[in-house]
Amino acid sequence: MAPVRIKDHWREQRMFNRRAWFAGALMVLAACAVLGRLYYLQVVRQHYYEVLSLDNGVRTVPIPAARGLILDRNGEVIASNRPTFDLDLTRDEVPDLHDELEHLVRLGMLQQTDLPELIRTIRSHQPFDTVPIRLDLSAQEVARFAVRRYEFPGIDVGSRQARWYPFGKLAVDAIGYVGTISASELAHLNQAAYAGTAVIGQTGVEATYEKYLHGTNGYRQTLVDALGRPVRRPGALGRELHFKAPVPGDDVVLSLDLKLQRLAEQLLKGQDGAVVAIDPWNGDVIAMASSPSFDPNLFARGITEKEYRALTDDPRRPMFNRALRAQLPSGSTIKPALALGALTDGVINADDRIYASDAYHLPGSRHLYHNAMHETCGWVGLRMAIIMSCDVYFYRLAHEMGIDRLSAWLPNFGFGHRTGIDIPGEDRGLVPSRAWKRRQFSNPAQGEWFPGDTVILGIGQGYFLVTPLQLAHYTAMLATRGLSYEPRLVTGVRNPGTGKIHWKRPVLNANLTMINPAAWQVVVNAMVGVTTNPRGTAYWQLHTSSYPIAGKTGTAQLVREGAKGASNEGSYHADKTLKQLRDDAWFIAFAPANAPRIAIAVLVEHAGWGSSGAAPIAHKLLDAYLLGPDGKLVAHPGRGPYSEPASIRARITPGVDPHMTALQQAAAP
Amino acid sequence: MIYEEFSTDSRTRRTLSGAARVLLALKVDGPLAVGLALTAAYGLVVLYSASAENTPMLMRTGLRLVLGTVIMLAVARISPNLLRRLSPWLYGLGVFLLLAVAAVGHVHLGAKRWLDLGPIHFQPSELMKLAVPMMCAWYLDERPLPPRWSDLGMLALIILAPVGLVAKEPDLGTAALIAAGGAVVIFLSGLRARVLIGLLLLAVLAGVVGLRFMHGYQRERLLTFLNPEAHPLSAGYHIIQSQIAVGSGGIFGKGWMAGSQAQLNFLPERTTDFIFAVIGEEFGLLGLAVLLLLYAFVIGRSIYLAMLCPDTFSRLLSGSIALTFFVYVFINAGMVTGLVPVVGVPLPLVSYGGSSVVTVLSGFGILMALFSHRKLMG
Repeated sequence: MAPVRIKDHWREQRMFNRRAWFAGALMVLAACAVLGRLYYLQVVRQHYYEVLSLDNGVRTVPIPAARGLILDRNGEVIASNRPTFDLDLTRDEVPDLHDELEHLVRLGMLQQTDLPELIRTIRSHQPFDTVPIRLDLSAQEVARFAVRRYEFPGIDVGSRQARWYPFGKLAVDAIGYVGTISASELAHLNQAAYAGTAVIGQTGVEATYEKYLHGTNGYRQTLVDALGRPVRRPGALGRELHFKAPVPGDDVVLSLDLKLQRLAEQLLKGQDGAVVAIDPWNGDVIAMASSPSFDPNLFARGITEKEYRALTDDPRRPMFNRALRAQLPSGSTIKPALALGALTDGVINADDRIYASDAYHLPGSRHLYHNAMHETCGWVGLRMAIIMSCDVYFYRLAHEMGIDRLSAWLPNFGFGHRTGIDIPGEDRGLVPSRAWKRRQFSNPAQGEWFPGDTVILGIGQGYFLVTPLQLAHYTAMLATRGLSYEPRLVTGVRNPGTGKIHWKRPVLNANLTMINPAAWQVVVNAMVGVTTNPRGTAYWQLHTSSYPIAGKTGTAQLVREGAKGASNEGSYHADKTLKQLRDDAWFIAFAPANAPRIAIAVLVEHAGWGSSGAAPIAHKLLDAYLLGPDGKLVAHPGRGPYSEPASIRARITPGVDPHMTALQQAAAP
Repeated sequence: MIYEEFSTDSRTRRTLSGAARVLLALKVDGPLAVGLALTAAYGLVVLYSASAENTPMLMRTGLRLVLGTVIMLAVARISPNLLRRLSPWLYGLGVFLLLAVAAVGHVHLGAKRWLDLGPIHFQPSELMKLAVPMMCAWYLDERPLPPRWSDLGMLALIILAPVGLVAKEPDLGTAALIAAGGAVVIFLSGLRARVLIGLLLLAVLAGVVGLRFMHGYQRERLLTFLNPEAHPLSAGYHIIQSQIAVGSGGIFGKGWMAGSQAQLNFLPERTTDFIFAVIGEEFGLLGLAVLLLLYAFVIGRSIYLAMLCPDTFSRLLSGSIALTFFVYVFINAGMVTGLVPVVGVPLPLVSYGGSSVVTVLSGFGILMALFSHRKLMG
């Protein structure tokens, strides 16, 4: 049995005191634990947590730089910027991405078909990045969205500068366009530099000169609360926020002359074709047109699926840049090159005359190669053969040169490889050779080079393919008697702040010094004869010109009657053939022939003869460029600030002194 | 001792004696009152910043402090005898109200904690924070100490009945605090060390078992405490953000109203359970040290007063009030700094919140009553 216990107050007091002291010791220990923990958090790891707290509240908002302008040679603005309203999405703040985007589709702000690509693009960004999901809202759309904004957390209307092409489709094939940055493009970009940028150059000058036009984005640090909302009055918290102003992109100065460009597009209107005009002394592209074309503003504001399909489904292919990519037989425009090659190699003598009947046949063959109109040339020398474009003469010339010499000569004039123009998408055309043909056919019998293949090469038919740009470049080489300047659309880059233009030096790629001046003289004279001699193929179109024009017509055959494309049994009647099957008309020219300032190539597809289809267009363009309002030659067209070396200049007597364009004058010190 | 102070000749003492006489009449302990007032004032300064200059919130807190002070003064005048005799009645009332909550309680934020009494919402569990230690002290007062096994069984029943009801509400934090209040009484009553250790082990065991019966969010809270980074956006968010706030404050803090974690809402419940982190962020380690010193003074003074109490009931009860106050502070500071799991325990006298201030000040009222009436008890 337990002893009876009675309360002992003194003992209880002592016990309580002991316990109280013990509790006190425990509390001191606990306080030390808390203080130790605080020391660890606030002293040892202070920097770590400070960084975390900054990451929490400070958001860096990029400020996109204003994209540089694109100007023509006279300073006319062809690509600028204008303020627009966009829908911006921040994935972090969107509760259900699919749900919200579907909701926007129901509101008519997005297309259902765009969603998969859009979601891919959004996901390729950082979750806290703001991604534009719809560009260029109309005022109505802004209002429609504004009243329902609360239904779309994480989506907001933002305003930004959008690309604006004030003249619509003018020169679109040269300047290209900008479009929304796609997920695949984003993967190759410096994402830090492009944070905040909505569009990127897709083709043309906009693409090639992207790094100049883009500029340097700035940023602004803002405070956001835990819900990601910007803090309007940061007060004491705002002291540490940084700001960096964007640096606008450089302006790009084109070689294009918009006056001529407008006229070129106007003349091509309703037809499929292309015009390329080049300043032969520096490679400046004065005009580059492809018809039909399209409005780049569609892409700048965000093209819809339907609009895009309408463009790609159009049988006339408006998006196809014919100036760079149409690969066609050159037709007779190649004859001056062949003549130069034959003269230089000594295959023919300029003064030798041969009798050219209405047809040519290879030795030992009964197959006949006819003149285009089945006409008889009669006794002709090289000069006359070019003037009247005598096919029989050139069938024979080609045969006598042989394929090996031909395939060695043609690349000298820039055929078969890219000219190197400063915009993407150029095609290289084709200069056939024995080796090339062997590669094309697996059957060695078919892959053999036939003499007939060579014969038709004499009139620019068969396997030989050129682009309008290549022909214009070649014409410029004829004009300068052998100088191959790299064609270029951009002549300078202007700093928008200082207005100073950094001019680019023209690139001289080749100089055909192996051709002697006498040969040039014969060929150039013959080309002048094309427009001035009554038997010339372009005489009726161009003989009224007040200045000498050196030209050459060409007709690229599309209708091929023979199995090998070599036969030409019946004569060709353009007006009797269906339009789609009609031949493509070429005309190349440079003028003034004695002091060339412009070289031009005109292609009109399915126009029939080069003389009637393309020559009048070339004539109007030459007049517009060279003649003043009084109908006299003006001294205005510029040479650019870089003049060619005296040795090169000596090879031709320039008719006029070099003059600067308005822009170049403005930029000169 | 107070009489001795009066008898000195010092002018200063004599001037002070005027104030001391008032305090004596009010049965208020001066140093303790000053400590409490300083802590509350500090709390108001912090709350002004933590609430983003929310004046109505400040006004309400001020009113509650006034109400708490009035109740404290009133309670301080009650004689310890009466307090002792009231204890079982108060405890009974508390249990009854808890049962009433379980039956007809007002559900708020998914928990049934409130009794809707017309204009005011009353939380009976707050009453139990005081009633349970009073009941335990009352029970032990008549028995020889240290308590025997049978006493322990009875005390366990006294403690665990209300704790179970509160935990069921569910309000695990308050339940733990109520249990702590009772347990502290047992500890102070001189329970043998080996029994104490055994009971502690038992409690740990019960905790492990209890984990299985916890609500999902309660268990998650405990588990995320062990690994907060596993749930950075859900359960671990509180812990991570409060540690960022405290840590980024450094030694001197970011300045009053300049804590980005608090001002930009990254810190959850920054006016209530996590206000400790606001102090850490804006006033730094120094600010927290000042706060902890204030608390240490209040607790130390309370224990000192408890040791001077003449009878077992007074000693145990005032000791329990002092130690429970410490438990509040420790759990809150530990939870904010990541030392203990997140349980909803406010920082006493600083956190914004209704009943807590009143309960804490009532507790100190009881403490003052027990001490200042001791002469009358003889």
